[in-house]
Amino acid sequence: MKRTTSAIALVAASILGLTACGSGSDPLTAETTAAATGGGEPIVVGGANFSESTLLAEIYAGALRAKGVDASTKLNIGSREIYLRALEDNSVQVFPEYTGALALYYDKTFTGTDADEVFAHVQKVLPDTLTVLDKSAAEDNDSIVVTAETASSKNLKTIEDLKAVAGDLALAAPPEFKERPQGIPGLESTYGVVFGSFRPLTGQGIVQALKNGQVGAANIFSTDPAIAANGLVALEDTKRLFGSQNIVPLVRADRADEVKDALNAVSAKLTTESIAEMLKQTDIDKADPKTVAEEFLTTNGLG
Amino acid sequence: MTWLGDNWRTVLDLAVSHLYLAGVPLVIGLVLALPLGWAAKRWAGAYPAIITGTGLLYTIPSLALFVMMPLLLGTKILDPVNVLVAMTIYTVALLVRTVADGLRAVPDHVEQAATAMGYRGLRRLFGVELPLAVPVIAAGLRVAAVSNVSIVSVASVVGVSQLGDLLVDGYNRVIWGELLTGILACVLLALLLDLVIQAGTRALTPWVRAQGGRP
Amino acid sequence: MIPSLISWLTDPASWSGEDGIPARLLEHLGYTLLTVVLASLVAIPLGLWVGHTGRARWLVSLTNSVRAVPTLGLLFAVSLLLGPRISGELAFLVPSIVVLVILAVPPILAGTYAGIEAVSPAVRDAARGVGMTGWQVVRSVEIPNGMPLLLSGIRSAVLQVVATATIAALVGLGGLGRYLIDGIALGDYPRAAGGALLVAVLAVVLDGVLALVQRRVVSPGLTAGTRPGRGGGRGSGGGRGGLDGAGQDVSAAGKDSSDQMVEGERFAGETRAPI
Repeated sequence: MKRTTSAIALVAASILGLTACGSGSDPLTAETTAAATGGGEPIVVGGANFSESTLLAEIYAGALRAKGVDASTKLNIGSREIYLRALEDNSVQVFPEYTGALALYYDKTFTGTDADEVFAHVQKVLPDTLTVLDKSAAEDNDSIVVTAETASSKNLKTIEDLKAVAGDLALAAPPEFKERPQGIPGLESTYGVVFGSFRPLTGQGIVQALKNGQVGAANIFSTDPAIAANGLVALEDTKRLFGSQNIVPLVRADRADEVKDALNAVSAKLTTESIAEMLKQTDIDKADPKTVAEEFLTTNGLG
Repeated sequence: MTWLGDNWRTVLDLAVSHLYLAGVPLVIGLVLALPLGWAAKRWAGAYPAIITGTGLLYTIPSLALFVMMPLLLGTKILDPVNVLVAMTIYTVALLVRTVADGLRAVPDHVEQAATAMGYRGLRRLFGVELPLAVPVIAAGLRVAAVSNVSIVSVASVVGVSQLGDLLVDGYNRVIWGELLTGILACVLLALLLDLVIQAGTRALTPWVRAQGGRP
Repeated sequence: MIPSLISWLTDPASWSGEDGIPARLLEHLGYTLLTVVLASLVAIPLGLWVGHTGRARWLVSLTNSVRAVPTLGLLFAVSLLLGPRISGELAFLVPSIVVLVILAVPPILAGTYAGIEAVSPAVRDAARGVGMTGWQVVRSVEIPNGMPLLLSGIRSAVLQVVATATIAALVGLGGLGRYLIDGIALGDYPRAAGGALLVAVLAVVLDGVLALVQRRVVSPGLTAGTRPGRGGGRGSGGGRGGLDGAGQDVSAAGKDSSDQMVEGERFAGETRAPI
C-alpha cells in the first residue's frame, strides 16, 4: 500500500514536474524580452492570424522596447471578431489595424473612401475604451485576385469586369469575408458581382486554391508577396469598395499616452512598399518576422 | 532540418506549454474520474447513466469547448485556463469508463477474499481493488495522454500558444521544416507521456513482474 | 447564450440552402460513411490476416502509433502535398478523406485483431477437428466470435471520424465543421455552438444505430451468460468502443478473468479517443 501510494505520487509528480519546470517561466503568456529600462506596466501587442499582422506586431513591440517600454507580443489570435475581445478584456493593449475595416466594423452603413475621411470616422465610432493613434501612409487593402491566365482569357482588369463571368467562378476567402460588409455583400451591391460559389479557407489555403486552379478568384491582401511571386493579378478596385485601409495602431485609451510616441514614429516611417518588401522576406524567403522587424526599426532609426 | 537548428529554443518553449496543457488535465482528470468511475461500478443502475453522460461530453468538438469556456467560466478569451478546463473535461469523460471497467474487472472471488480478510470499504478500494485495476486504468490513461497531445494542438486556432503554432505557421508560410518539426514534436511528446505512464504502471504492479507476466 | 443558440436552431434560414443544416448534416454523414468504408476495406482484411496467422503483430503496434500524430498537422501536411496534384472540387475533399482514413484504420484494425485473437484456441482446435479449412475457420468461427470487438472498433472509428471531420473544415471541407469554424471566425457563437451540438447529436445517433447493429449481428451464443454488473469472467475491458457500455458485456469464449483484464487493457490502450 505504501509502495502504491509512493508510486502514484511519483507518476503524478513526474508529470507535474515535467510541466512545472516550464510553467515557472510562464510560457503561457507572451514571450517576454530582456528587461526594459522604463517603468510602468507591461504592454502586450497583439497580432492576428496572418503574417502582415505578425510583422506589424513585432515592429510595434520592438519600437516600444527601444523606448523603454516593457513590451511583448501575443500572436496568431485569430480574426477581428476574436481579437477585439482580447483588447476589450485587456489581454492585449495594442493592435495593428486598418482604418477602413475598423470604420466598417463599428458602423456598417459607412461608405466613405477618402483616407482622412475614413480616419476621422474611425475616431468617431470607436468605443470609449479604445482609441487610434496616427495613421500611416502604408495601406493594405483586400483585393480580388485571379491568375494571369484567367485575367487574359476573360479580359479582366478591374473588379467590374468580373460582373459577366463571376457566376462561373468560385471565390476563395477567409470565412469572415462572406458576411462582412466589404466582402460578398459589398461585391454584390457595389459591383453587381456574384460569384458562383464561395470556398472558405484559411491562410495559405487561399493562395494554394487559386494557384492550383481549384477556385477562379481569391480574396488576398494587396501586400501579400504571393501575388507577385505567383504571377497573380490583383483586379483594380475602381469603385473603392475596399476603401482606404491605412495601417493604424489600435490601442486601449487608458494606455495610449505610454505608447503614442513610439508608435507614431513607426507610423510615420511605414510605407506600402516597405511592408510588401518585408512580407516578401518573411513569406517567400521564410525569414523570422522578429528579425525582419528589427532590421526595419534599425534602418529607420527606431530600434 | 535546418529550421529546427535555428529555432529549437522556440520549439522547446512551445513544447513545455504543450506538456502543461496536455499533462495537467491528465492528473486532474484522473483524480476526478476515480470517484465517478467507482460510483458507476458500485451501483449497477448508475453505470449506463454515468457512462453515457460522460461519453456525451466526449462528442463535443474540442474547438467548440475551447471557445465556449470563456462564456462559461467568465475567463478572458485568450486565457489558457480555457484549454486546461476543456482538456480536463475530455480526460474525465474518457477515464470514467476506464476506471469503472478496471474496477469491474477485479474478479468476484478476489473481492470476497479481501472482505473475508477484513478489508472493507475504502481500505478495500485503495488496498485491493484499485491496485488490481491499475493495468486497465493505465491503458486508458495512455489513450488519454496521446489524445490530449493531439487535441491541444488545435488550440492554436483560438490563439493559445503551444506546439500547434508550428503547425499553423508552417502551413501558412509553407515552411515544411516547421510543419514537420511540429508534427514530430507532438509525436515525441505523446511518446514521452506514454513511457512515463508505462513506467508508473510497472512501479504500481510489482506482483505482475513477480509472476513473470506481462505488465 | 442558450436563447441565441435556440433561435439559430429554429431559424428557417438555418435550414435552407447549401449552408443549411440538412445539407451540412448529409455532407458530414457522407464523409463519415466514406471514411469508415475505406478504412474498413484496409483494416479488416489486415486485422483478419494478422489475427488468424499471428504474424506481423508489429503492424498493429505501428498503426497504433499513428494515433500520436496530431490531426491538425496531418491535415495541413496532406493538403499542401496533394492540393497541387488534384483539380477542382475534389482538391478539398481528397486530402481530408485521406487523413480521416489514416486515423480511422487503427481502431478498426485493433478491434478486428483483438476480436480474432480473443478466440479461444480450444474453439479453433475444435473447428479444425471437424475438418474446416483455414478459410472456413476464419469465416465460420473467427469472424463471428470476433464480431463484438470488431464492431466496437468500428464504433470507435465512427465516433472519431465524426469529431475529426469538424477540424477538416479548416482546410476547406464542408459538413458540420463549417458551422464551428465559420462561427468562430465570425464571432457568431450561436452558430458555433449549434454546430458543436449537431456534431454531438450525430455522434450519439450513429453510435446508437451501430449499437443496435451490434446487438443484431453478434451471435446470441456469445452473449449468453453475461449481464452488466460486477464480477469476474466478464469481458468488460474487451468490448469497449461505444458510448453506452453495452458493447462491452460480451465475453470472448473461454477466457478467464485475468486474461480478459489484460486483453481489455490492451484493447483499451488501442482505442483512440476522437478529437
